[in-house]
Amino acid sequence: MYPPRFDYYRAASVQEAVQLLQAHPEAKVLAGGHSLLPMMKLRLAAPPVLVDIGRIEELRGIQDLGDRLRIGALTTHWELERSDILARKCPLIPEAAAQIGDRQVRHRGTIGGNLVHADPGSDLPAVILALDGTLHLAGPNGTRQVAARDFFLDLMTTAVQPGEILTAVEVPVLGERTGTAYLKFEHPASGYAVCGAAAIVTLNADGTVAQARLCFNGITSTPFNAQNVTDALVGHTPDDATIEGVVDQHLHVGDPMGDVFASGAYRVELAKVFAKRALKQARDRAQA
Amino acid sequence: MGQYIGAAIKRLEDPALITGRAKYTDDLQLPNMAYAAILRSPYAHARIKRIDTSKAAAMEGVIAVFTGEDIAQSGVPGVVPVGWLLPDLKTPPHPLLARDKVRHVGDGVAVVVAEDRYTAYDALEAIEVEYEPLPAVVNPADAVKEGQPLVHEDAPNNIAFDWSIGDKEATDEAFAKASHVVSLDLVNNRLIPNAMEPRATLADYNPVTGELTLWMTSQNPHIHRLLMSLASLGLPEHKIRVIAPAVGGGFGSKIHHYPDEAITAWCAMQVGRPVKWQATRMETYLTDAHGRDHVTHAEMALDENGRILGLRVQTYANLGAYLSTFAPAVPTYLYGTLLSGEYDIPAIYCRVIGVFTHTTPVDAYRGAGRPEATFVVERLMDLAARKLGLDPTEIRRRNFVPPDKFPFQTQVALQYDSGNYEAALQKALEIIDYKNLRQEQERLRQEGRYIGIGFSTYIEACGLAPSAVVGSLGAQAGQWESALVRIHPTGKVTVYSGSSAHGQGHVTTFAQIVADKLGVSLEDIEIIQSDTDQVQYGWGTYGSRSAAVGGSALAVALDRIVEKGRKIAAHLLEAAEEDVVFEDGKYYVKGAPDQAKTLQEVALQAYLAHNLPKGLEPALEAVAFYDPPNFTFPFGTHVAVVEVIPETGEIKILRYVAVDDVGNVINPLIVDGQVHGGIAQGIGQALFESAVYDENGNLVTGSMLDYAVPKAHFLPSFEVDRTVTPCPHNPLGVKGAGETGSIASPAAIVNAIVDALAPFGVEHIDMPVTPEKIWRAIHGNGRS
Ligand SMILES: Cc1cc2nc3c(=O)[nH]c(=O)nc-3n(C[C@H](O)[C@H](O)[C@H](O)COP(=O)(O)OP(=O)(O)OC[C@H]3O[C@@H](n4cnc5c(N)ncnc54)[C@H](O)[C@@H]3O)c2cc1C
Repeated sequence: MYPPRFDYYRAASVQEAVQLLQAHPEAKVLAGGHSLLPMMKLRLAAPPVLVDIGRIEELRGIQDLGDRLRIGALTTHWELERSDILARKCPLIPEAAAQIGDRQVRHRGTIGGNLVHADPGSDLPAVILALDGTLHLAGPNGTRQVAARDFFLDLMTTAVQPGEILTAVEVPVLGERTGTAYLKFEHPASGYAVCGAAAIVTLNADGTVAQARLCFNGITSTPFNAQNVTDALVGHTPDDATIEGVVDQHLHVGDPMGDVFASGAYRVELAKVFAKRALKQARDRAQA
Repeated sequence: MGQYIGAAIKRLEDPALITGRAKYTDDLQLPNMAYAAILRSPYAHARIKRIDTSKAAAMEGVIAVFTGEDIAQSGVPGVVPVGWLLPDLKTPPHPLLARDKVRHVGDGVAVVVAEDRYTAYDALEAIEVEYEPLPAVVNPADAVKEGQPLVHEDAPNNIAFDWSIGDKEATDEAFAKASHVVSLDLVNNRLIPNAMEPRATLADYNPVTGELTLWMTSQNPHIHRLLMSLASLGLPEHKIRVIAPAVGGGFGSKIHHYPDEAITAWCAMQVGRPVKWQATRMETYLTDAHGRDHVTHAEMALDENGRILGLRVQTYANLGAYLSTFAPAVPTYLYGTLLSGEYDIPAIYCRVIGVFTHTTPVDAYRGAGRPEATFVVERLMDLAARKLGLDPTEIRRRNFVPPDKFPFQTQVALQYDSGNYEAALQKALEIIDYKNLRQEQERLRQEGRYIGIGFSTYIEACGLAPSAVVGSLGAQAGQWESALVRIHPTGKVTVYSGSSAHGQGHVTTFAQIVADKLGVSLEDIEIIQSDTDQVQYGWGTYGSRSAAVGGSALAVALDRIVEKGRKIAAHLLEAAEEDVVFEDGKYYVKGAPDQAKTLQEVALQAYLAHNLPKGLEPALEAVAFYDPPNFTFPFGTHVAVVEVIPETGEIKILRYVAVDDVGNVINPLIVDGQVHGGIAQGIGQALFESAVYDENGNLVTGSMLDYAVPKAHFLPSFEVDRTVTPCPHNPLGVKGAGETGSIASPAAIVNAIVDALAPFGVEHIDMPVTPEKIWRAIHGNGRS
C-alpha cells in the first residue's frame, strides 16, 4: 500500500487549480482522496502530480437559489446527509448519501469526487441523473455546464475534460406532491451498489402520475435511466398493481454488468424488484 | 474453587490494546532498520526463464535484490517443510523463493531490501521477470483427471495422498441393508483467514555472536524457531530467538511456517542490518494459507426408524500448490475422525484424496477439518429427516450417543470423553420456543413469507493433543504444553507459558487460574508467553488447546508450588506436612488457622534459605510439561432462524441461538467472546466468504472489494447459553472454546435456509449461500 512517487500542489482557488492543471497535463485532481488514493496505493493509478483542491472554500457548501439548489463539488457525503436545506427540498440526496460506505468514508468523500470518479457502483450518479441535475465545470477556457444525462460517458469516464474541474452540481427544486426514494442492494464486500434505484414520483391533484423518474446505479456501466417505465406511468394512478405491471412490461436493461457475486441476469431481476420498491416508496411519500 | 475461576473478569490485556499502547511487529523500530518487499508471481503456473534485477539493484535507496538462486547459493537449507506426514505422502520441496517455476499467483520470485518501503515497492516494479505461462488447474476434483497440468512432476495426477479411515466393508453392508439412503454432493468453500493484522517479521542478526532475533506474527514461536533452524536457515536452534509481540489475530493462519518470514531473516543475515517485512492485505490474500476447499460426495444409510446404519464420504481436498505446515492433517485426522458427529453410527468409511492445484496453499483455519465434517453430517441429518418425514430434532435425538455411553468409542478412531447432547438440544429448543416457532413458520408460509429453522448439533475434538497419539498419526510435533511458575521472594508470581495468545486473552484466564490456586490477587501475577528465550518450551495456541492443555500444565505446576510451599510451611510451623492445609493463600495446621504462614512468607523463606527442611532446594518455582491423555470434546446445539425473500433471494438472520458445552468455564466473558467471533466467521462462510479462482488461477476475490467478510450490521445479536459437562481427564475440567462457533454455525445457517425453501423443493445450496444462488434455486424449481 505504498504509492509511487508524485508531486503535490495545493490550490487556493479554482483559478489556481485550473492553472496548475494546465501546467501539469498529467496531473490528477485530489478531492477527498477516497477513490483516488486507494487506486494509487494499489498502484492501479500513478499520476505524477496531484492538485489538491480540498481546501478551496468556494467549492464547499449547499445554497438555496430558489428554484434550484447549488451543491459545491467539495461538499462531503456527511454534509449532504446532514443538510437542512436538502432534507427539506431534496431528501433524495441525503437518503442516498447516508448509504455510502461508512462514517469515515462519508466524512472524507465528496459529491464531486463521487460523480467524476463515476464508479458504476457509486450511489450519487443515478440520483443526480434522476434529479436532472446540471454539472458546472471550470477549465482553461472558462466555465461550462453539462446536463447529468450527458455527463456519464462510460465506465469511470465522464464529460470532464483534462484541465477541467467540477465546481458544483445544481438540481432543480422538486414541485409539490412529489416523493422520492433511494434503495440500495449493497455488495457485501465493497458496500457499493449492486443495484441502487432512485425514484421520483410527482402526482397530479387527482392522484395520477404527473411526472416520474427512475434511474439505477450498479447494473450497467453508466447510470441507467429507465425512461420507458416512467413514461408508461404518467397519467396512471400508481397503485401497486400498476407499478408492478409497468415495471414488468417496460423495464429493459441492456448489457448488464456481472461479477462473482451477482451476474448480469440477476442484476436485471434486482432492478425490477428495486424499481417496484422504490417507485412504491416514492409514491407513498408523494401521497403523504 | 475460589472466586476467580468462573468469574466474568474484564480482559487485563485490553487497556493497552484499546489505547494503542500495545506494540505489534510493525510498530517496532530498530536503529539502521531496512525494509523488505517481495515480488510475487502474477501467474498461477509459469516457467521462469530469466530474472533481471540489475535495474532495481541500481536504484537509489535499494540495498540489495535477491532471487531464489541467491538463496540456494548461500548454502542454507532454504525450504519450508511440511510438519505432518501421511503414508505415501508426496512432499515436493517448497523453496523460499521460486527458482524454475512458479506454482500459484503470489509465489515469491525475488526480494528487495531498501531504505524505505516506497523505494522497496518502486524497486519491485523495476525487476524484470520473463515468464513462460503454462496451463493451470484450480479445482481439486478436476486436477486428478488424466492430462491435467501437473503442479509437481513427482506427484502424478496431482495426488499428494489417498487416505481413508473406517471400515469399508462394514459400511457397504450397512448400505446394502438400509431402508433409506440420502446423498449429497457439496463444495465446502475456500476461505481466506483475514486476521486483522497481516503477517509481519522484523529480523535482527548479530554476525559477531551469530544470534538471530525474530519478532513475528506467530501463534507458536517455538515451532517457528524449530522450523527456521532445521529447514529454512540452518542456524542452530539456540542461536535463534523468536518473539511474538502483540499479534492481531491468527485463526490458524499464523501457525504455519511460510517462506516470507524466513526470507526476511535470511536478508537480515545477508545485508547485516535489521530488516522488516510487513505483508499488505492483498499479499495476505495471496499467501496466507487458505481454509477448507473440499469437493465431497457423502451418503448416509438409515433404517426405517431413522437410525443411522452407515456413513460413506469421499472428499477431494484442495491442498494448493505446496504442502503447508499442517496441511495433510486437516482434511484427514481433523476431518474423517469427526464424521460420527454426536451420533452412534455403527459403520463409517471416509476416503480423502489430497490434491495439489495452482492455488495458494490450504491449511488449518479456525475449526480446521471439523467445520467441514460437521457440515457433511449435519446436512445429511436434515436431508434424512426430510426423507423420513421426521422433525430434524427428532432424528438427531434418535441417534445421539446417550449420556450413559461415555467414554464413547467411535468407528473413526476417537474416544469421546463426556457429553450430554440431549441436554444442550433441549435448552436450545426452550430458548427459541421451538413448538411455537414451527407454528409461526407455518402461519407465515400461508402469507407468502418464508422462515427457516436450522439446527447444528455438533461435536468437535479440541485440546490438541495427546502427543503419542498424534505422533502415531504422522505429526512431526509433540502436542503437550508447558508452564513454569515462579514465586518471587515478595510472593509475586510470574508464569511462563508455552501457549501463545494472539487475541484470546490468556493473560486474564491464566491469571484467574493462578489467583484461585495460590490465593493471590490478579495484580500480583504476570503471564509471560510468546518468547523462546523466556519460555522453556511450548507448542503454541491453536486447536482450542490453550485452556485444556496450557491451562492444565499451569494447574499442575501450581499444585507443585503449593506442595513445595507446604513442606516449607510445615517446617516453619513445626508440624507434619500432612497436617498442613493451604487455603486462600495461607498455610496452617488443620484447625489452627490463626497460626498461618502466608504464601508470601513461605516464598521469602524459600529464597532466604536460612531455615529450610533438610534436603529441600531453595527458591519457589515449578515447571510442568503436561501431555493430555485424550482430546477434549466440546459439543452443543446451534439454531439459526432465517427469513428468505423469494423475489430477490435476500436473507435475514432473525435469531441465532448457541448452546455450547465447553466443559468448565474459566471466564464466561471471554468464552462468550470466542463464541461470538466464531459464529460470525461461520456465518461468513455460510453466506458471504469465498475465495474464487478463475480457470487461469487468478484469485478473482483478491481483495476486500470482492471478498466479503461479515460486517456487524449483517449479523443479529447472538443468544448464547451453555450447559456444563466437565472434561473428566484434565485438572481444570475444561474442553476448549475457541472454535465452536465456526464449526457449528455454517451447517445451522444452511439448514435454516434449506428449511425456509422447503416449499420450493430446494434440497441443498452450496456455500456461500448468496441471494443469487437462492434466487436461482427457487427459479430452477419452478414457482417464484
Ligand atoms: C471503503 C470505501 C467505501 C466506499 N463506499 C462507497 C459507497 O458505498 N458508495 C459510493 O458511492 N461511494 C463509495 N465510496 C467512494 C466514496 O464515495 C468516494 O469518496 C468518492 O467516490 C470519491 O470522492 P473523493 O472526494 O474521495 O474523490 P477523490 O478520490 O479525491 O477523486 C476521485 C476522482 O475524481 C476526480 N475528482 C475529484 N474531485 C474532482 C473535481 N471537483 N473536479 C474534477 N475531478 C475531480 C479525481 O481526480 C479522481 O480521479 C467508498 C470509498 C471507500 C474508500
